[in-house]
Amino acid sequence: MVDHPNLSYDEIYKDVDAWLQEHWDVSRGLAAWREILVEGGWAAPTWPEEYYGRNFSIEQAGAVNQAFDDHGAVGVAQGGPGRLASHTILVHGTDAQKKKYLRPILTGEASWCQLFSEPGSGSDLAGLATKAEKDGDRWVMNGQKVWNTSAHHADFGILVARSDWDVPKHQGISYFLINMRQPGVEVRPLRQMNGHASFNEVFMADAEVLAEDLLGAEGEGWKIAATTLSAERQGFGGDRSGGKVKDLPGPIYAEYRDELAIALEPYTWYPQRAGRVDLVMPRAMETGAISDPHVRQELAKLIAMKKASDLAAASAVQKRRAGNSNVIPEGSIGKLAASVIARQASHVHTLVSGTDSMLKGADSPMDGVIAEILISVPAISIAGGTDEIQKNIISERVLELPKEPRFDTGPFRDVPRNLADI
Amino acid sequence: MQVGFTEDQLQFRDVVSRFLKDKSPPTAVRALMDSEQGYDSEVWQQLSQEIGLLGVHLPEAYGGFGFGPIELGVIAQEMGRYLFCGPYFASAVMAGYAVLNSANEEAKERLLPEIAAGTKIAALVLDDLSDAATVGTGISASGGRLNGTAGIVVDAHVADTLIVVAGTPEGLSLYEVAPALASVTPLDAIDPTRKLSRVTFNGCAGERIAGAGVDIDLLWDQMSTVLAHEMIGGAERLFETTIEYMKMRVQFGRQIGSFQSLKHRCADLLLELELAKAMTHEAGRFMASGEGDAYSPNMAKAMASDAYLGVAKQAIQLRGGIGFTWEEDTHLWFKRAKASEMFLGSPNWHRERMMQRMEADAVRAANG
Repeated sequence: MVDHPNLSYDEIYKDVDAWLQEHWDVSRGLAAWREILVEGGWAAPTWPEEYYGRNFSIEQAGAVNQAFDDHGAVGVAQGGPGRLASHTILVHGTDAQKKKYLRPILTGEASWCQLFSEPGSGSDLAGLATKAEKDGDRWVMNGQKVWNTSAHHADFGILVARSDWDVPKHQGISYFLINMRQPGVEVRPLRQMNGHASFNEVFMADAEVLAEDLLGAEGEGWKIAATTLSAERQGFGGDRSGGKVKDLPGPIYAEYRDELAIALEPYTWYPQRAGRVDLVMPRAMETGAISDPHVRQELAKLIAMKKASDLAAASAVQKRRAGNSNVIPEGSIGKLAASVIARQASHVHTLVSGTDSMLKGADSPMDGVIAEILISVPAISIAGGTDEIQKNIISERVLELPKEPRFDTGPFRDVPRNLADI
Repeated sequence: MQVGFTEDQLQFRDVVSRFLKDKSPPTAVRALMDSEQGYDSEVWQQLSQEIGLLGVHLPEAYGGFGFGPIELGVIAQEMGRYLFCGPYFASAVMAGYAVLNSANEEAKERLLPEIAAGTKIAALVLDDLSDAATVGTGISASGGRLNGTAGIVVDAHVADTLIVVAGTPEGLSLYEVAPALASVTPLDAIDPTRKLSRVTFNGCAGERIAGAGVDIDLLWDQMSTVLAHEMIGGAERLFETTIEYMKMRVQFGRQIGSFQSLKHRCADLLLELELAKAMTHEAGRFMASGEGDAYSPNMAKAMASDAYLGVAKQAIQLRGGIGFTWEEDTHLWFKRAKASEMFLGSPNWHRERMMQRMEADAVRAANG
């Protein structure tokens, strides 16, 4: 990937520094600045040269980030689904698709959502039943998607749908780029048990996709979805976070803050979902629960698990750097650990807060933060692959235990499904 | 920070592992656990003289090799894995550390080279193996005479010398006593691979060898860290053999390892074991360098105990009836797990100790 192996961190930093001295100007509007940024070739340094990038390694891109941070310069548009879309299009798209879709993602002109999960296929994503039917030079979509972050303001969606019902399930899926702004697409917010509505449901009734917006070949959708999912798992090291400049004064920063607020709004409760281990000890001391021998035991178990999990994660990172690419099972162990830790944290928070655990909002401890932990933790062992799926991965790929017998290997049409899908 | 092992440490582990695999197969373990002495003198000699494991953590000035808690941990982990039978933990680890930490120069020069060479077996006599805070209340020393009883002493029955932590009006002190002067009574142990005795002193003469007071907290951390390594080694071995069994055993027309209810249990165990292992290696690094988590020795002993026993229980359950037989080897490790759980402090004791330390540090930080 590295086409510029000889450019050192310092050389790159100097280049970017000089470019920013010339071009960065806080009095510009955000959209105008992003055009200059993309033209200048510093919008996505890890991307290929023909598409706005420089083929930089993640380490080299770090020098670019540093220079932007030092100048207080704003980077490209944030937004998880847009990053997933651009990564997947870069890998599998035609030149025409890349030309059409990539630039507006960087500038923030177009926002995206991910249309993968369905009410009838959660853990079993490949069992999806949204129909994609070819009709001349277009595809017609019918079905329902769920857990679609940011779909209510998205311009486009990355969509997997079933284009062939007569082959085994993984072979009948195709991957599409769908325009969300059309009559056949309806987006409804999905309210969660913790009161937030971070996701949506998307209903497609004769929604259209142009033939040219099929990504990759027909029937290749599962393989392409794996690219998206691996990007989701690995995060986006080397891309600019932009977080450091958001508190600076000036109109461009205000515009950027508004954009970020919309992009990050679905995620405000995610720290609570993970259990807020950082709050447990201070809360135990503040309430006096620290003197309860049972609380002390449970607290000590929690602290030890969290510390051990951090140590194991650090060791996994070192192994990866040393060339061990067995990332998925390591990730599954870490994800399972996060669930166990969050549940234990929720348990200890409950013990520490006592009957105050019955309250929420302004009347409750820490202005509702503790209550939000207690009613958000159940999500962590489901989102991004349930604990049960992680345990399948660990036992089958790490321990190499045999798989369970399957009942879904024949043509998808004959596979038992949820009644709602049929 | 170095998180994993270095190349040298990995090579060292391979040497230790090969030796123990060869010298401590289950047949040898079974023979030794039924014997009175409890160890093989020839293997002991090879262990000490040929590959020099006894003095690995002792300074070169006292006949050791000048390595530290990490290498000692490597040895203990392999010994736990192969259920090594012998007074290594009692002599090299417990007595070795006590003398190195607290003895006067003359005693160190006299005792440590022989401990390192394996020519003298020392046993550390602590009057309480469950709580560091109460050590010294059961055995007292006054005017060169010792009185009191240690209910459980590891490998005292084969000791050439007894190293005793005794209470004195000035605090804990270290004494050396000839075994012949004390009353050493072998006990029936639930884990017959680690021999236990009761040791009683009735006004018998002991030589005060302490150069300074005994820092029981430091000694306890050192011993607990090594024991935690031994426990995760045993847990790893039991876990691996259990997974192998589940791939081989067929019921209802399929390998039992294909049942989700069973494989998910194994995933849970792997997680617990991996976390315990990460913490135990952290404890080794902390004891070696003072860098890292200061509570890690307590956390490591608690987590290693829970993980070892968790694996041991499932190692029997997942084997079904055969797992409960004498003929199957699983119970050998189960018993080591069970006995080690309480040895040097229960998991609850270590967690409580960690909380006390955290609170004390928080108060100290608050007071500047």
